[in-house]
Amino acid sequence: MISFSQVRKSYRGGHEALAELSFSIETGELVFITGRSGAGKSTLLKLIPAIERPTSGTVLVNGQNIGSLRRPAIPYLRRNLGLIFQDQKLLYDRSVFDNVMLPLAFTGHAHKEAARRARAALDKVGLLARERANPITLSGGEQQRLCIARAVVNRPSILLADEPTASLDSDSAAEVIEMFRSFHQVGVTVLIATHDEALIQRLNPRVLTLRQGRLDA
Amino acid sequence: MLTLARLGGNAFATLLNVAVIGVALALPLGGYLLLQNLGTVTRQATGKPQVSLFLAPDADKADIAAIEAKLKLMPGVRSVRFISREQALAGLKRSENMAEVIAALQSNPLPDAFVIEAGGSASELEGMEPELKALPKVAHVQLDSAWVKRLETLVALGRRAVLILSTLLAFGLVAVTFNTIRLQILTQKDEIEVSKLIGATDAFIRRPFFYLGFVLGTLGALAALAIVYLCMHILNRSILELAQLYGSDFRLGFFGLPDCLALLGFTAMLGWLGAYMSVSRHLSDIEPR
Repeated sequence: MISFSQVRKSYRGGHEALAELSFSIETGELVFITGRSGAGKSTLLKLIPAIERPTSGTVLVNGQNIGSLRRPAIPYLRRNLGLIFQDQKLLYDRSVFDNVMLPLAFTGHAHKEAARRARAALDKVGLLARERANPITLSGGEQQRLCIARAVVNRPSILLADEPTASLDSDSAAEVIEMFRSFHQVGVTVLIATHDEALIQRLNPRVLTLRQGRLDA
Repeated sequence: MLTLARLGGNAFATLLNVAVIGVALALPLGGYLLLQNLGTVTRQATGKPQVSLFLAPDADKADIAAIEAKLKLMPGVRSVRFISREQALAGLKRSENMAEVIAALQSNPLPDAFVIEAGGSASELEGMEPELKALPKVAHVQLDSAWVKRLETLVALGRRAVLILSTLLAFGLVAVTFNTIRLQILTQKDEIEVSKLIGATDAFIRRPFFYLGFVLGTLGALAALAIVYLCMHILNRSILELAQLYGSDFRLGFFGLPDCLALLGFTAMLGWLGAYMSVSRHLSDIEPR
């Protein structure tokens, strides 16, 4: 489903974020990507939704070559991905409910159906009671759960999370990881980048460790 | 719709933008209105060429009779009408504005006058001018045809000036819309970034901004039409007074419906154009990182 083949990513100014990265992830896997800060975890995750393009090498997502993907095709790629990234990008000018409704605006659902899905997603992350609230009134953990709700509302086949528990206390972090586990159990491919080793131990998943842009064997 | 909701939400800013466009457009629009009405006047006037002869202040009854006789004998003169100085003064007195001025006068400053209607064309009248000037006790000969020619040339000049003004203001409209849309894009930066991240196509993101430009252009034109209509209404009071002094009931007429619709269509397109240029320039700067 996702395969990296000799992928290199370097930024202007010469900084090489990823070097000769090769791995593949099957459908329905739960994979953790670990490594110190600056090891290249975020860069790796950003290549998948074509936020960044590989400098060389091939990135295949569901058979599509990210490097040669044309601009008009990118939105359709991203609709199949659930993204939970570090700067959460919640919209504070609207309610929790409206935030979750956003992805449904361009998938052509009738309003009733879209509302139903949004509420289902909110229920899954335990935020249904707060649907009218402004996201700014939510705690850190609740905001993260809102991001997750928004990411899963369109039922993507792949979930990508970059440091989803970074600013959370251990209880909230456990809740969030549990949520990812439950998505994985229904067949979603889940990739989580984190430098929190403790989290991983509970689940015993596959782990890819990055060190300075390369995979540790 | 989203666009209208957004406009309503920031009502004050929208109102200001519409006002700017409205005032800017009101200028050439007012110019067009004047030209349109002047065009009507010239068309009416050229129907019947007239000459006015103003007599010297010291002309007496004998002189008047002599001139009248000579005029009636002139070929090409269809009718001769005499307006005495008392009649002219009485006519002015009927106007509110002039009544006080007239009352303050010691004596009647107005001359006696003849108004001649010619049977032939304006150029024939022009041929008569030297002969008319040569008549004794004739102080001033006023050829309508000359007046009309001058007016027509003035109208042509005015039309050209208004065209230039309109072109400049069309640029202005596009620029104002460009800027307004740019600010709106900046205001919605976060929403745009998130939308791109979760899979909104460029067309989906652009569309509301196009609508916004379209709507701004249309509202601006409506505001301009309203301003011009108001001004016309205010001016018409005085214009009607003036016209009545000349024995007519002329007043400025507003644009017809087809012209108004054409204007709305034109400005809507210009608004869309400004939005299109702004979106092309600024939207690509906002990408998820």
